[in-house]
Amino acid sequence: MNMLTEVLTGGVRGGTSILYASLGETVSERAGVVNLGTEGSMLAGALAGYAVAAETGQPWLGVAAGAVAGGLLAAVHAYLVIGRGANQLATGLVVLFLGLGLTSLFGVSYVQALAPSFRPVEIPGLHAVPLLGDVLFGQDALVYLSYVLVPVSWWVIFRSRWGVLLRAAGERSEVLVTHGHRVAPIQYTAVIVGGMLAGLGGAHLSLAYAKAWFENMAVGRGFVAVAVVMFAARHPVKVAGGAYLFGAALALSPALQARGYAINQFALDAVPYVVTLVVLIVLGRRRASDVPEGLNKVFETTPGR
Amino acid sequence: MRSRWLSLAAITSLALVAAACGDDSKSSSASSATTSGGSTVATGAPGSGPGAGSKKVGFLFVGPKDDYGYNQAAYQGSQEVKKKFPNLEILTAENVPEDDNATRVMEKMIADGAKIIFATSYGHLDPALKVAAAHPDVAVVQQGNFIKDKVPANSGTYFGTVYEPVYLAGIAAGKATKSNKLGYVYAFPIPQTIANINAFQLGAASVNPNVQTFVVNTSNWCDVAKQAEAAKSLFAQGVDVITQHQDCTATITKAAEEAGKMVVGYHADASSLAPKGWVAGSEWSWGEMYSDIVATALSGKFTGSKYNANYRVGYQDGGNPFVQSKFGPMVDDATKKLIEEQKKVISSKDGSPFKGPIMGQDGKELFPAGVPDYLTTEAKNTAFVKGVVGQIPKG
Repeated sequence: MNMLTEVLTGGVRGGTSILYASLGETVSERAGVVNLGTEGSMLAGALAGYAVAAETGQPWLGVAAGAVAGGLLAAVHAYLVIGRGANQLATGLVVLFLGLGLTSLFGVSYVQALAPSFRPVEIPGLHAVPLLGDVLFGQDALVYLSYVLVPVSWWVIFRSRWGVLLRAAGERSEVLVTHGHRVAPIQYTAVIVGGMLAGLGGAHLSLAYAKAWFENMAVGRGFVAVAVVMFAARHPVKVAGGAYLFGAALALSPALQARGYAINQFALDAVPYVVTLVVLIVLGRRRASDVPEGLNKVFETTPGR
Repeated sequence: MRSRWLSLAAITSLALVAAACGDDSKSSSASSATTSGGSTVATGAPGSGPGAGSKKVGFLFVGPKDDYGYNQAAYQGSQEVKKKFPNLEILTAENVPEDDNATRVMEKMIADGAKIIFATSYGHLDPALKVAAAHPDVAVVQQGNFIKDKVPANSGTYFGTVYEPVYLAGIAAGKATKSNKLGYVYAFPIPQTIANINAFQLGAASVNPNVQTFVVNTSNWCDVAKQAEAAKSLFAQGVDVITQHQDCTATITKAAEEAGKMVVGYHADASSLAPKGWVAGSEWSWGEMYSDIVATALSGKFTGSKYNANYRVGYQDGGNPFVQSKFGPMVDDATKKLIEEQKKVISSKDGSPFKGPIMGQDGKELFPAGVPDYLTTEAKNTAFVKGVVGQIPKG
C-alpha cells in the first residue's frame, strides 16, 4: 500500500469518531448550545457500546447503547444549561469530568472483556475504484453509516421544517416565541441528539477502531470535534472534511515512522493540532458572521439574562 | 448572576462527590478499626527493624488492577503475598497518582497499622521517601525507580531485568517471521524501552541474520487509537510479527490476530486474545520477590538487607521477576530448546544479550567487546542497534 493511500485510509478510519461527534456538536451549536462535554459523551458511548456488545455478543446493540449513553450524558448538560440557565462552558467541562469519572469507575471490569467488533467490509465494485476504493470503500459498517449521516444532517438542518426551528432557536429565539413555538424542547432535542451522535463516535472508537475499552480512551478527540465544528462553520459537509483532515494528520505519524523516516515524532504528534489551529486562523475571521447569534451570548462577559 | 452561582455550586458539589469517591476507593480494603500496631513495637527484641512484626502490608498502584499489564501484575503479586502470609492483612489502593495523593494514601495505611508499604509505580518514589523519613519504623519499598542519594535505613527500590526475557522472545520471533520484518510499538524512548527493542532485535538476529525491527512510537503509555493506527502502518510495511511496550496491551494483540499476523506479548499473558498468532512473550511474576521482601521486613532484618538498596535482579542471580510467557503454536520444539540453551547462556557470568561488540544503527560500536556489567546495561541503551528501522525522537 503506498503512503498516500495509507494516510488517507487511516484518515477516514481515524476521523470517523471525530466526524460523528462533530455532526452532533453541529446540531447542538445550531440550536445555540456549545457542549464541551462532547468528550464525555464519546467516553460514555465508547464504554456503553463495548460493555453491551461484550455482554450480548451483538455489536449493533452496543452501538445503540453507545448512542443512548452519549445522549444521557448530554441530557445532563441540557438540563443544567437550558433548564437551569447555567454557564454553558463551565457546565460542559463539569459534564466532561462527570463522564470521565463515571466511565473510569464502571469501565474497570470491561478492560479485559472481549466484545465482538466491526471489521472492514469491502463494497463490491466501488472498492475496485483506484485510490478512492481503498480509502472510502474498504472500511467498516460504522464508517459507511457516517457517510449517510453527513447528507442527512445537512438536509435536516438546511432543508427540513425542524431545521428552520433549530436554526431559529440558535439565531434568535425571540422569533420562535413570537410565532408560538417553545424554544426549550427544540434545544433539548438538539443537545441530546448531539450527545447521541458523540456516543456513536465513541462506539466506533471502542468497537471498530481500537477494539478495546480503556479509561480516557478518547484522549481529547471530543475537544477536537468541537474545534472542527467551529472552523467548519457548523456545516455538516465541511465538518466531514475537517474530521478527515484531522484523522489523516493523526495517521501521518505512524505511516512515516514505519518507513523509518527521521522526522521528529514529537513534532509529528503536534501536526494534527497545528493543522487545526492554522485552518482556524485562516478561516476564522471570514466565518465570524456564521456564528449563530444566540451562541454569541455564551461568550459575553456581562450577565445579561 | 443566578446562573453563575448555580454553575459554581454544581462544580463544587461534583468536585466534593468526586473527592469523596476517590477517598473511598483508595482505601477500599483498609479497615477503619484502630489497631494496636503502634504499641506492639517490641523494643530491644531481635525483630525491631523497620516493618518488624507488622500485621498489615500496603500496596499502591498507579492504575486499575486489571489493565492486562503492569498494574495487574503488581496486584497479582500482592495477592500471592496474601496467600503466603494468611495472617497478614493486605491493604491495596488503585489509581493512586504520583503526587502528594500517594503520600496521603500511605499515611492512611500506616495509621491503619501497616508497617510495610510497596509503592509500585515509578513516580511514587518521592512520596515514598517522604513517608519513609517520617516513619522510621515502617519499611517503604518502591518498584522500578532509583534512589540517587543515600538509601534510608527503612527504604529501597527493586526491579527485574526486563530485556532478558524480551531477548528470548526475540529468538522465537526471528524464527517465526516469514517476511523478516518485525514491528515494535513503544510509548517513549526511555532506556528501559530502548533496551527492550534492542534485545528483541538482537535475539531475532541471532537466529535470522536478515531480520529487521520497525519501530513506531505513540508518545503515550495507553492511547489505544494510536496503537491501532501504528499496528496498521506496520502491517502495511510487511511486518508479520508485532510486539509492544505499552501499559495497555489488548488493542495491538487483537489487531494482530485480526490481520492474521503474529504477536509477541509484554507485561502479561494475553495469549487468549490471539490463539492463532501468539508467539511468545514476557510477563511479571512478582509474588516471590514481594513475599521475600515481606519476610525480610517482618523478621526485623530489613536494614542492611539487599532490599535496603537499589536492588536489581536478573537471570544471573536467579529470581528475575520478569519471566517468559508461554509459547504459541508455531514455536517448534527445536526453537524452544534453542531458547532454553540461550537462557542458560545469558544466565551465566559470561553471557548477556548485549555481549559485545554490538554495532549501532550508524555502524558505530554501541557495546564494546565483552560482557557489560548487567546492573548498568539498561542505562547504556541510548541508541538503537543495527537492524532497527526508525529513529529515536529527539526531545
